[in-house]
Amino acid sequence: MSADTNALLSVHDVTVRFGGNVALDEVSLDAVPGCVTGLIGPNGAGKTTLFNAITGLLPPDAGRVLLGKRDVTKIGPTRRARLGLARTFQRLELFSLLSVRENIRVAADIRRGWSRDKANPTEVVESIIDRIGLSDVADARVDALPTGQCRLVELGRCLATRPQVLLLDEPASGQNETETAAFAELLVELAHEGIAVVLVEHDVHLVMNVCQTVHVLDFGRIIATGTPEEIQQNEAVLTAYLGSVAT
Amino acid sequence: MDKFLTFTIVGLTLAAIYAIIASGLVLTYTTTGIFNFAHGAAGMLAAFTYWQLRYDWGWSAPIALFVVLLVLAPLFGVLLETVIMRGLQGTTETVKLVVSISLLLFMIGLAQLIWRPGVSRPMPSFFEGRTPIDLGPTTITWHQAITIAVAIAVAIGLRIFLTRARIGIAMRAAVDDRSLTMLNGARPNRVSMLAWALGTSLAALGGILIAPGPGLEAASLSLLIVSAYAAAVFGRLRSLPMTFVGAIVVGLAEGYLAGYLPQNQYLTGFRIASPAIILFIVLLVLPNPRLRGRMTRSREFFPMPTITGGLGFALTLVVAAVMLATTLSDADLITYGRVFPIGIVALSLVPLAGFAGQISLCQLSFAGIGAIVMAHLGAGGDPLALVWAVLIAAAVGAVVALPALRLSGIYLALGTAAFAVILDRWVFNLPRFEVFGLFEVNLFAGGSVAVDPIRAFGTEFDDPASQMIIAAVAFALVALLVVWIRRGRLGRRLLAMKDSEAACATLGLNLLRTKLTVFALSAGIAGLGGALYATQLTSVQPGNFELVQSLQVFALTVVGGIGAVGGALFAAVSLYAFLPLLTTLWPATVRWVGLLPGATGIGLGRNPNGAVHEIRQGFLPLLAARAVLTVMCVAVTGAYVLRLLDFIDNWTFVVLLIACPVIATIAAGLAKPRAVEVAAGHGAELHDVPVEWRGIDRPWTEADAEELDRRLGLSEVELRGVG
Repeated sequence: MSADTNALLSVHDVTVRFGGNVALDEVSLDAVPGCVTGLIGPNGAGKTTLFNAITGLLPPDAGRVLLGKRDVTKIGPTRRARLGLARTFQRLELFSLLSVRENIRVAADIRRGWSRDKANPTEVVESIIDRIGLSDVADARVDALPTGQCRLVELGRCLATRPQVLLLDEPASGQNETETAAFAELLVELAHEGIAVVLVEHDVHLVMNVCQTVHVLDFGRIIATGTPEEIQQNEAVLTAYLGSVAT
Repeated sequence: MDKFLTFTIVGLTLAAIYAIIASGLVLTYTTTGIFNFAHGAAGMLAAFTYWQLRYDWGWSAPIALFVVLLVLAPLFGVLLETVIMRGLQGTTETVKLVVSISLLLFMIGLAQLIWRPGVSRPMPSFFEGRTPIDLGPTTITWHQAITIAVAIAVAIGLRIFLTRARIGIAMRAAVDDRSLTMLNGARPNRVSMLAWALGTSLAALGGILIAPGPGLEAASLSLLIVSAYAAAVFGRLRSLPMTFVGAIVVGLAEGYLAGYLPQNQYLTGFRIASPAIILFIVLLVLPNPRLRGRMTRSREFFPMPTITGGLGFALTLVVAAVMLATTLSDADLITYGRVFPIGIVALSLVPLAGFAGQISLCQLSFAGIGAIVMAHLGAGGDPLALVWAVLIAAAVGAVVALPALRLSGIYLALGTAAFAVILDRWVFNLPRFEVFGLFEVNLFAGGSVAVDPIRAFGTEFDDPASQMIIAAVAFALVALLVVWIRRGRLGRRLLAMKDSEAACATLGLNLLRTKLTVFALSAGIAGLGGALYATQLTSVQPGNFELVQSLQVFALTVVGGIGAVGGALFAAVSLYAFLPLLTTLWPATVRWVGLLPGATGIGLGRNPNGAVHEIRQGFLPLLAARAVLTVMCVAVTGAYVLRLLDFIDNWTFVVLLIACPVIATIAAGLAKPRAVEVAAGHGAELHDVPVEWRGIDRPWTEADAEELDRRLGLSEVELRGVG
């Protein structure tokens, strides 16, 4: 795949093995600012593993991860985050003892601690809460919230770090239709602000609506890349999702 | 060469015992996920029981062995599993740890209750007196030969059992996935019962074999088995073959240390502490674990403390301390005054273990460092020594944290416990020594050191009353500090880190720095507690700062509620006010009180919010009824004045002190029935319970059903369609 010179995130031939299992097999992808890049694939295809490798939670066995022009393969998750990388988790990783406001505040405070950006964290947090539409429940403890809203809190936490690259791991699962529609709008907005978004999602409508490019992952390999329309027509993709046609 | 062989045999014998004990530990850990801190204590109890049957009652060895190893020990294991351990499935690691630590304390207390300490109980080794077997260049005693043979038999037996026997295979399956095993028709409960029976028998076997060496002493025998823990950690608490390898490494290391370590006053303690040192090193060379996300869903609820609440708590405490200081006798003040410095040590656990979830079992060791600093730098009563005590303890805390940072959960607990043993067995017992001829280090001067009372503002605070008030004020200030931390940036950050290190790291948090900060902070607080404790004791020795005390403080703080300052006070009051009071009121209980801290931990350690939470709920109506509260304060003041004027005696005063809040709470309940409802969890508080726990944590209501529908996004049509 041709490397995009604009890319804020480039993954080159990343391979991850768990014992004898190859979870990711020479996976490459780019994320460019202003675009939502979709990553779809059946359960167990390696989507979350790829996110773990990108964020540094799981060191890859081979391959490179670049943020902008910088090779970050050897550095830890904390420093990658400070280079503008943020993610949400499929299996929610919220700070369950804290309220919605406090969850986002933790992230804002972390950024304020290391960066030169000394924006008032209270204001930052309030504007994010407003943006993700959780003003009504801002003081509720997050473990009292339904999953859909929890996913928004994770997104809000990411936004508080002012990311350039945003990895979203099934952000719409647990949301109802209204919530998903609002969420799609927010995603497009974020991309327009110049964030490079990578979206892992099972909700095909959402993916097809907001993504400019879609990668399909199956058994650890990228089996197709293209625009949403191209992907919908792709034989290999149909086979991966629906099984091979009986002959 | 002969010497080398001799000590190889010594080492292999130790290795054999450690292997036996450690394999029992691994069995129970793998099948139930509970690291049994009391495993060594089970071996200790077995050794005592064997001594009782064999030497006190004169039973023959085979019968005594049969009864202990094949009847009592398995029964005890089954009892532990069914009564205590089974209830711990799905609880947090802290809770599991507290229960097993409490069990350890309880068993030590039990042994001391049945077999009064200080009485000589000679326990000969097997076939003592028989001529050792000649191996050419060296000899091997019958006890050593039997021990090694038994370990080999255990290894072979376990191997066959786990690979051939049906239930053995089920046991290995249960390790991999408990619920899956159940689905496949095995009965995990039976499997874990068997594992505990077998594990306890192995502990018993090890205990009986090891006891002739060090002799029968409850606490040291229970903790001596730390070496076996090191062996188990070699196998990451899971692999039996690696555990045997670990046992050989640890045993041989100890054997050669015994043979070749030069005999001098500096290294005597080193030999005693060597198992802990080995454990510490083994923990450090373990491969780095991956950053973890959320493990078990915690059901803790640590409400955000309010500033007013914190100030009220601090003020009440200081006023209570002043009342006690002006009414109690000096002897009583010396006894009960310890509540506050130990309370400060317990407070040090709140940010560390409560907020950040970092378990530390060496807080009393940090306190010991504070005490040493106070003794040396505070000579003449310089109050600045308190500051030095905090700073130096904090620095040591940071140094300990550095290697300990790679550890979490049970490994961190073991690491800090090992550190505590290294300090109290070796470092604290070092005589005066010089470092490269540059400066002299003097800790406890090889015995005990005197501590001068603090001198400030031209006064010497050398009486128990003023020392108690100073300690109470310090406790109140530290409590406010902890409340302030909880409400601020650091507190949020620590709670966040406890929940998900992975999330924190991907948000850009420097985990290392955060953990160092909280370790240093906590050690500093413990150092302050130790320094104040030292001024109260006037003379301190290593025995004041041992691991067992750290364990007690940790267990009881968790029982009280490790997430709140009240939990720390609860621990200190239980240990240093309630227990002495009990023995004063009923002297007959004096031998039984040793069981209480352990029993409390076993019984109450499961409530993740702690007893203090319940107590606070009980007082909510009173806090809501301002008028009643005012009347109560006036009544307490009145009683205090009556006591000062000697109209009433101490006991009447104490009874009045207790009666006032009780009566006031009842009165407040009558005056404000609504507040009682709120306290009982009805009314507005209902919505604080997460939706999935409604009907479990509190009764299910119509409103819940409606809310659930709404949250699931079910429309009216869908609902009717379903109905």
